[in-house]
Amino acid sequence: MSKIYETVIGLEVHVELATKTKIFCSCSTAFGGAPNTHTCPVCTGMPGALPVLNRQVVEYAMAVGIATNCKITQYCKFDRKNYFYPDNPQNYQISQLYLPICRDGGIEIETAAGKKTVGIHEIHMEEDAGKLVHDEWEDVSIVDYNRSGVPLIEIVSEPDMRSAEEVIAYLEKLRLIIQYLGASDCKLNEGSMRADVNLSVREAGAKEFGTRTEMKNLNSFKAIARAVEGERARQIELLEEGKKIIQETRRWDDNKETSHTMRSKEDAKDYRYFPEPDLVPVVINDEWIAEVRSRQPEMRQEKMARYQTQYGLPAYDAGILTGDKTFADLFEAAVEICGKPKKVSNWIMVETIRLLKENGMSPDQIQFSPENLAKIVRLSDEGTVTNTVAKEVFELVFLKDIDPEAYIKEHGLSTVSDEGALRAAVEQVIRENPQSVEDYHNGKEKAIGFLVGQTMRAMKGKANPAMVNQLLRELLQAI
Amino acid sequence: MNLMSMTAIELGSKIKKREVSVTEAVTAALDAAERKEPQLNSFVTIDREGALKHAQDVQKRLDEGQIDSPLAGVPVAVKDNLCTEGLLTTCSSKILYNFIPTYTAQAVLQLQQAGAVVIGKTNMDEFAMGSTTETSAFGETKNPWNLSHVPGGSSGGSCAAVAAGECTYALGSDTGGSIRQPSSFCGVTGFKPTYGTVSRYGLIAYGSSLDAIGPVAKDISDCAAILEAIASYDIKDSTSVRREDYKFTSALIDDVKGMKIGIPRDYLGEGLDDDVKNAVLKAAKRLKEKGAVVEEFDLSLVEYAIPAYYVVACAEASSNLARFDGVKYGYRTKEYEGLHNMYKRSRSEGFGAEVKRRIMLGSFVLSSGYYDAYYLKALRTKALIKQAFDRAFEKYDVILGPTAPATAPKLGESLSDPIKMYLGDIYTISVNLAGLPAATLPCGKDRAGLPIGLQLIGDCFQEKKIIRAAYAFEQTRNYEYSPFAEV
Repeated sequence: MSKIYETVIGLEVHVELATKTKIFCSCSTAFGGAPNTHTCPVCTGMPGALPVLNRQVVEYAMAVGIATNCKITQYCKFDRKNYFYPDNPQNYQISQLYLPICRDGGIEIETAAGKKTVGIHEIHMEEDAGKLVHDEWEDVSIVDYNRSGVPLIEIVSEPDMRSAEEVIAYLEKLRLIIQYLGASDCKLNEGSMRADVNLSVREAGAKEFGTRTEMKNLNSFKAIARAVEGERARQIELLEEGKKIIQETRRWDDNKETSHTMRSKEDAKDYRYFPEPDLVPVVINDEWIAEVRSRQPEMRQEKMARYQTQYGLPAYDAGILTGDKTFADLFEAAVEICGKPKKVSNWIMVETIRLLKENGMSPDQIQFSPENLAKIVRLSDEGTVTNTVAKEVFELVFLKDIDPEAYIKEHGLSTVSDEGALRAAVEQVIRENPQSVEDYHNGKEKAIGFLVGQTMRAMKGKANPAMVNQLLRELLQAI
Repeated sequence: MNLMSMTAIELGSKIKKREVSVTEAVTAALDAAERKEPQLNSFVTIDREGALKHAQDVQKRLDEGQIDSPLAGVPVAVKDNLCTEGLLTTCSSKILYNFIPTYTAQAVLQLQQAGAVVIGKTNMDEFAMGSTTETSAFGETKNPWNLSHVPGGSSGGSCAAVAAGECTYALGSDTGGSIRQPSSFCGVTGFKPTYGTVSRYGLIAYGSSLDAIGPVAKDISDCAAILEAIASYDIKDSTSVRREDYKFTSALIDDVKGMKIGIPRDYLGEGLDDDVKNAVLKAAKRLKEKGAVVEEFDLSLVEYAIPAYYVVACAEASSNLARFDGVKYGYRTKEYEGLHNMYKRSRSEGFGAEVKRRIMLGSFVLSSGYYDAYYLKALRTKALIKQAFDRAFEKYDVILGPTAPATAPKLGESLSDPIKMYLGDIYTISVNLAGLPAATLPCGKDRAGLPIGLQLIGDCFQEKKIIRAAYAFEQTRNYEYSPFAEV
């Protein structure tokens, strides 16, 4: 009979901070740019160049630490991690080992199994490396230092998670917190959020942890979930066969849904960490912490409550809108302009989410402005356009961020409320649909719906529906 | 009128009075350097073309009244570990044999803003690792007092060039005595300021927590003026210190009445050459005669300075020198297979023996399992040494002693016994570990006619006390030119 195993998971999450400039120099962190154009002597490791710490990096790291209930290390230092690789121009990375900026925190997650807290061991600040491009054709490697020196924080969890579901819940919560703080956009597919999974299994009830492996190259939540399941299965199989788990770093191949060894513990490098002598310790006094704390933005729970009290939204709406920072920002900005919270909420929850799904997009890829959303809400609410027209125009807003007002004017899509025109259309529909007219007179109320539809169709969706309804009843009665 | 026998302030004053043009001053230095270099080898690079062009610019700025520095137009030589835009900067290493920086070190930039004209880059021990300038990949520099002796190191090129009159003054760097010891051996005046006083931006690092840039000149007045020009709070160097007072020249006063001067007994014991000891004590007596209160005391911990220094400096160096890998600039081996082979061969071929020794030592003391036993212990020792100095400076304004235990050794004597060479830094090293300012100035010659250096050490940020004591002492002696200055 096979044994019952428990999976033990801890995560190391790297997050690229949203600063305008790099961590140790004033070069831009902007994405793109021709190779080696966002560089200077500091981030290309030129002899004699010295790092100067970007204060914003410290503040973002503190903000994330405060939001994840960490203790802020008030005397924190940078250390050098020494290793040779061409993407790392100094052949050492400035990171934090001995005195990381945040320690001993945790966040609450909720899964089908209930609520639990996942501990955060530490958060430290460090610099990103450059990018190596291997040109197979020319058989050369080229290095681009534009990313070299982009600020990162690494959030190291305690080994508190027990399932893929918990891992995803933790990552989603962490991402939402960081997005709310504006500290990063946390895009896994673009690498601004990266997670390495440390996983071991043990027999249920065992006190000691099993031997763990570290899994790298996980580019989506789905890949992470698959990798957790895959690695759990692999380790259990080894144990069942009486084999040992080797402590090693593995690389996940999401196409094949398998992993392979990158390096074993024996190959582990000795990074020869020591305090970075070119930087002075970062001394964080109580006032600074209080200042950062006072600037913390409204987080999800507070926002959810406020949406219900201030805007009178149902809890369901508030939950969905605050579940993604892009939705919440869009909602608040559009309400600010048009002042119709429930209507705006509906447009986001129904039409926007539908279009995102249809186009295979995530909320952070939304391109339209809150101004144009507010216009749609207003135009449809005031009856300037019918619901049908509004939805059609909104698709264009969604795809191309067009100005709906101008578009409606230009294409003559405003609702027709001219009684003469509507009466003529209704009369024609009645003439062309004698069967429905008869059904109506035989007491089939539903038939009127069909006739309204036909009229709307004849008017290309622009007819004022209330007037059409009224005219239809009036004319049908007269028959 | 021999322009090269003047101090920087004297020459600067003549230039200001239009008695000498900048081009004349610079040409005099270039001519002297080119004439003497075949024998001396103080320079890695002499930049005649660039210097003459700068000379014209400076003259123009002077004529237009744009600069008012006492150093305007005076030719300077810069140690080859300070980056100079567009001008070869090698650290006297094969691995940087072709390296042309894209920017200029802050200290050099400030000198240039004051109108100084850089005539070239001076030879040094490779990456400032050595005490003789013999570890240079471009040949050793000779001592202008006796060509069969070393000039000291690592700023041996700067000190020899000043002593030989190849330039009016020079910049050096001091990690464990690299300005003071060669200044002492070459009979010139050198100054290592408090750590953080001169920006390290653009100084190719050896031991980052110990490195300091400072002047090498004929006397303390020049040193004070140069220090005034190169010192600054620089946001590009996080270890730079914002100081209240940069007016070092205001301490050039011949008055030491009541000044308390301590001589560490630890500096006068075993290993100290008699001639050096006598010259230093004679200098102390001169200051006493001028009204200073001079007494001996026990500093303690002196014997721990050398091991602590070599652990800290080499640890930092092992990391600082990692960037020289053949990937981005400098030397790359001709044939290699794959990345790691390229790294290994480029570094094996590009670095000299002493540099490799220190990289290995530094890598070892930082490696897992040894970090606590070596590196952390060295840091604790460093802190204790600072405390010993703190206690001394509660009683004394200035600490006086020899700069080096003996005068310049013969060429080739030192490298065969590195431990002996390391021990030669015993009086200078603790100053770097404690981050203190210290000066060396000539105070006599030994039986072989080689110069002896007097070291004056001050508490952090107390450069002015050193300058005052040095200036008072200088009034009791004449500056002696090296025999080679006449060549």
